[in-house]
Amino acid sequence: MNKLNLNNEMITSCRNYAKSIAKDVQAYINKHSTVSVERTVLRLLGIDGVDKFDVPIVNRLVEDVKENGDISLGISIYIASALKATNKSLNDYLEAYFDSRDSLTSYNLISKSEVKKILKPYYEKNLKKITKNREIRSKLINKFGERKTELYVIVATGNIDEDVLQAQAAARAGADIVAVIRSTGQSLLDYVPYGKTTEGFGGTYATQENFKIMRQALDEVGGELNRYIKLVNYASGLCMPEIAAMGALERLDVLLNDSMYGIIFRDINMKRTFIDQYFSRMLNSYSGIIINTGEDNYLTTSDAVLEAHTVTASQFINEAFAFEAHLPEKLMGLGHAFEINPNIENSFLMEIAQAQLSRELFPNAPLKYMPPTKHINGNIFRAYQQNALFNIVTNLTEQKIHLLGMMTEAIHTPFISDRYLAIKNAEMVQQSMKSLADEIVFKEEGFIQKRANKVLKNAHSLLKEIKTEGMFKTLEKGVFAETKRAENAGKGLDGVFEKSTNYINVVSAELEAYFNEN
Amino acid sequence: MKIRPYGDTLNDGLVQVSFTLPIALSAKATQAAKELAKNMGLINPSVVHSEEIGKNFSFYIIYGALNAFVDLEKIKVKELEKSSKSKKEIEEIIKNNFKKDIVVIGASTGTDAHTVGIDAIMNMKGFDGHYGLERYQGIKAINLGSQVSNEDFIKIARKEKADVLLVSQTVTQKDVHLKNLVDLVELLESEELRDKVILIAGGARINHELAKELGYDAGFGPGNFAEDVASFIIDELLNRKED
Ligand code: B12
Repeated sequence: MNKLNLNNEMITSCRNYAKSIAKDVQAYINKHSTVSVERTVLRLLGIDGVDKFDVPIVNRLVEDVKENGDISLGISIYIASALKATNKSLNDYLEAYFDSRDSLTSYNLISKSEVKKILKPYYEKNLKKITKNREIRSKLINKFGERKTELYVIVATGNIDEDVLQAQAAARAGADIVAVIRSTGQSLLDYVPYGKTTEGFGGTYATQENFKIMRQALDEVGGELNRYIKLVNYASGLCMPEIAAMGALERLDVLLNDSMYGIIFRDINMKRTFIDQYFSRMLNSYSGIIINTGEDNYLTTSDAVLEAHTVTASQFINEAFAFEAHLPEKLMGLGHAFEINPNIENSFLMEIAQAQLSRELFPNAPLKYMPPTKHINGNIFRAYQQNALFNIVTNLTEQKIHLLGMMTEAIHTPFISDRYLAIKNAEMVQQSMKSLADEIVFKEEGFIQKRANKVLKNAHSLLKEIKTEGMFKTLEKGVFAETKRAENAGKGLDGVFEKSTNYINVVSAELEAYFNEN
Repeated sequence: MKIRPYGDTLNDGLVQVSFTLPIALSAKATQAAKELAKNMGLINPSVVHSEEIGKNFSFYIIYGALNAFVDLEKIKVKELEKSSKSKKEIEEIIKNNFKKDIVVIGASTGTDAHTVGIDAIMNMKGFDGHYGLERYQGIKAINLGSQVSNEDFIKIARKEKADVLLVSQTVTQKDVHLKNLVDLVELLESEELRDKVILIAGGARINHELAKELGYDAGFGPGNFAEDVASFIIDELLNRKED
């Protein structure tokens, strides 16, 4: 596909810069781990549930080692040593653990090879379950097929039962993908809430049980409609890898998983985020979950005309980080958005240029295209028109994951009718303009080609600058979304630690081995 | 003067409404929609469109004439008397009346992560061509960003000897903003700080009347810029000086 007459050398050069930027950070990541990475290991050994104060057991165990042992060795060795010393199964040990007051650190530490041997049956069981989920997903998608452009809507009632009703209604109306928006503030919790929940604000808590309930509901309605309905949730936050593990176990299909969103939009410490996103993306890759990145958000705080190149540069960086985590292109749902002020002359042409640019730069990625949000106001009729324009660009530039804009975006989280009308809007455009993309070429050196090439050129300069300065400095300067974040500030830094030379993480070792083979 | 909605003739009272009913589409359901419209006070409502929007959900668009009217003379609103001065005028007044910089601290508080609103008021760049408070001579503007707990907010206000506190709230689902805004007032009162500061709220769903009700000195919704807020602040400070 080449409608924009892009400079291929410049594209290659962008990729090289991004790769080197990611590699620099990766060198740091490789030497470190976090409390949420360790909790994820426990989850994949099969540990779940909460204590009588509603504290997740995985948090209790990791805190125990952090306080009484040497967490730089990783949690794996402590749990394996405890099992060996007590000669108990994991379940029996945990029961005893909560009855007694013996710390997880009270046993003689065993050798690395023994750790692996003892824990293998536990993690293998869960990794197998994940593999099984991957197979079920492919089988169902093969059976039912998949739309070229998939319609994506959100539910956000705060109550999982209500979400189920609305998600099923959306699927019946024609949605292919349903995202359950998380409750305000969940991304800042350094634990994952437990069990079914019916009370949230601006969204519903992401819990494993809620995942399961929604998965079941979507499978049910999908079976009825002969379609596979994809389920989305959000990993970005303080528990990125844990959510990735839970999503894998409950067969989510898409996870918001941006290498920088948490840093920029939730003030989570950058080291914490980079380490977490790595393990989390490895799990996504293993489980066949598509990641969605959050570049679109930059344009809610920055000007979409002037800062368009930051989106492109960030897409290259997110891609490079994803490659580091062994994620194949077909799972990279890189983000971009239709966020230019519609009152600007030829803004529609600029939107086409940007969307087509993303398409051509990442031809194999299931791009996630976001609707207008920032320039939507309370005039719902105007908003409906803006969304139609957006739907046309989506179609014209052949995007994959099409987030539908809501006419009430500026007012509330969507009503059932808002969602329905949005789906019908998109379907009319899809149907009536089905072959438009095939028919359209852009004028040589015309407005659209020029705009796209300019954005690419600016992205290239920016990537070059970032490569020289390094990622951490770049974030300190506020290059993305005009939001400045300091290297050692932000939430969750106290959960980061350097790995000892004897560090062991049985799950990541297993995943690495798997990726090397495949 | 008595008024009612205008469709295409004075006093025809014509309005449109749309809503969803949690039942499948049927003749009975459509009639139910119509009856509801009557109960809303619409005369001769006509269901111009109805559609099934999912199992057991149906959607209606209705036109009808409103019988009700309002008497404009009887309507009182607590509107902020806008004395909007220009940035220059404001700086001039500060220079002539205050010895020290006016300390303004702002934040998007609680779990709210929306910063664009408070940034629009406070940051250098401002919004829509209106510079923010940081650029004002005589104002020391400190923007704490988002997700600031009320406790931290007050701690910093005390440390910086704030004259004015600006609070932004965007997420309003299930009225989270109300609780958070009221909590701040209560905390300020318990720390005996409430009378020492000008307390201002703002956000997409905030207006002056609501803010007053919650115990704030003023509230600003969309369409307000730094100069509107700064004008209110200096007027209020001058007022308090006189008292
Ligand atoms: C941009 C945006 C985001 C960005 C925010 C980036 C950032 N750094 O700010 C991102 C993507 C991060 C985001 C996240 C979320 N968002 Co949001 N977001 C928006 C969006 C698109 C625009 C808001 C905006 O920036 N407006 C522009 C500013 C300039 O307007 P403003 O805030 O009204 O400010 C003006 C005035 O109100 C006033 N003002 C504002 N504050 C103050 C303060 C003072 C003291 C004064 C004097 C004046 C003042 O001055 C400003 C200039 O005139 C709106 C939808 C929309 N179109 O409105 C949704 C919206 C606000 N978001 C919403 C939600 C639910 C969320 C989430 C909670 C979703 C979730 N569950 O994850 C999360 C937030 C999580 C959290 N912890 O808060 C809902 C809120 C629904 C509701 N009524 O409760 C909206 C309406 C979208 C929707 N329909 O669902 N969001």
